[in-house]
Amino acid sequence: MNNSVPTDSEVILGILNNSDTVLKKLYLAYFPMVLQLIINNSGTQDDAKDIYQEAIIVLYNKVKGGEFELSSKLKTFIYSVCRRLWLKRLTQMNRYGGDIRDFEQHAAVEEDMDLHSDRDIQFNKMASSLGLLGEPCKTIIEDFYIHDRSMQEICEKFGYTNADNAKTQKYKCLQRLKKLFFQQK
Amino acid sequence: MPATAEEIVFSAEVITNMSTNQQLTEAIEHYLNGEMTGEELARFDEYRKNNAEVDSKIVEQKHFAGLLKQYRERLELENKLNAIHAEIDVHALVEEMTVHPSGIVRMWRNHHSKISVAASLLIFFGMATMFVAGYFTKKAGYEQLRDQITVVKHDQNKLKQQLNSIPKAGTAPKSHLVNPGNYRGTSFALSANGYLVTNYHVVSGKFDSLYVQDVAGNSYRAKLVYSEPLYDIAILKIKDASFESLPALPYSFKKTKGELADDVYSIGYSEGDSPVMDKGYISSVNGVKGDSVGYRVSIPVNPGSSGSPLINSSGNIIGVIAGRDSRTEGASYAIKSAYLFKAIKNIPLDSLKSKLTLNNKNTLAKLKPAQQVKKLQNYVFMVKVY
Repeated sequence: MNNSVPTDSEVILGILNNSDTVLKKLYLAYFPMVLQLIINNSGTQDDAKDIYQEAIIVLYNKVKGGEFELSSKLKTFIYSVCRRLWLKRLTQMNRYGGDIRDFEQHAAVEEDMDLHSDRDIQFNKMASSLGLLGEPCKTIIEDFYIHDRSMQEICEKFGYTNADNAKTQKYKCLQRLKKLFFQQK
Repeated sequence: MPATAEEIVFSAEVITNMSTNQQLTEAIEHYLNGEMTGEELARFDEYRKNNAEVDSKIVEQKHFAGLLKQYRERLELENKLNAIHAEIDVHALVEEMTVHPSGIVRMWRNHHSKISVAASLLIFFGMATMFVAGYFTKKAGYEQLRDQITVVKHDQNKLKQQLNSIPKAGTAPKSHLVNPGNYRGTSFALSANGYLVTNYHVVSGKFDSLYVQDVAGNSYRAKLVYSEPLYDIAILKIKDASFESLPALPYSFKKTKGELADDVYSIGYSEGDSPVMDKGYISSVNGVKGDSVGYRVSIPVNPGSSGSPLINSSGNIIGVIAGRDSRTEGASYAIKSAYLFKAIKNIPLDSLKSKLTLNNKNTLAKLKPAQQVKKLQNYVFMVKVY
């Protein structure tokens, strides 16, 4: 296991460049800290995994959104986000006893949390809209928009006689998906 | 075949059917994906500028494409993270982290707020219970020895009275039944002119009247002159027309402290109308829990004994019986005579209608105990509180 902690600017550049190596370094560097936080505050290792990954996603979106200012150390940022997320989870489970045992300094991350919870809502809406879409629409949409398959591939996979038919189908599916997505509250 | 912008522009006026809508959407996708070039792009830009409906469609499509992109990116990132996570030996990390604190420490860490709340509640209720049980007002195990004449008896008399009055309603009850009093205690004479001393707790309650009864059975009305709750001492005065002064007191009051193991005896009304004499010795020169106001005396005492004189073998009053330890056999407590002096000194002058002088001439010293008691019992009274 590579335990070398990447520098903060290395991580930011790595995220902007979609570097998988940096992502791995980052993940390995701070996971033990978060694991300790969660385990010592009545959580499990699976809770730690969920919380930590959510925090990395928050960090990613923040950096990709071009607003990552190094006002606090990356470590502090990750810790603070995990702390907030875990507090929220504990409250939802009615297990929050009123205090949390801290290991690290933490900073205010309310703005990031708000932004994240908006995105989270959109993500879950999209996931459930796709779930409601039904086959073959779900697969067509996922293949085309998520897995980057060409229309030709999709046409062959679903046995459409020509690409135009496949396109018409994809168009209909997309309209349905939009409808489902915007209908959800 | 992707629809060209030209085709769309030509059919723009007749966008009514679905196929043109589809073509338009495709064109917008091309446009947004940056797949249009040169002249085609310029034409589409122009078309967009002139057509608000198309423009809003483009904006909407862009928004939705953005959402899809976000969804896709997050899924990809989650997959990557899961892959990385799978490589970590989480179990080893957990072991490393949780070996150190023992179970009890961890329990404390995880639940210390709850434990604290529980503990404070426990203390609070404990204190409340002790308060209600009178722990702070009485002393634990300390029993005051006024005799509460059973409420049952009293109530029974009341009932009798009521029953008697039923058949002859409207007429006053013929006779007053003898009321044995609500509380009983003992008192003894301080001076020949009718001053008596008893325990404050005998007369501390609300009462209608006070009577004292001598060994011969004569009852006299008495008045509370002064009370000293701190030393549990009360001074009474007989105020009754039938009362003539007592013969000169045979005993004196000792100002100095009694010694450990001094033989003592006491006379009190703990048993009906006749005085009860009991013998013992000073078992400690301090009282309840080391209280220096009292002695601990090894002497049998019972309810009704409160206010009895504690007399040493030479016939000097050395204290006033006040209570006993309900948990220890033979542990009775008496107030030292020095505090009786203090209480007497504290009586405001205007409360004393006649002089109160303590006798200091002892005529008992040379008598045998049995003869002492015979003389003494005439100066010990039963106190009845109504």
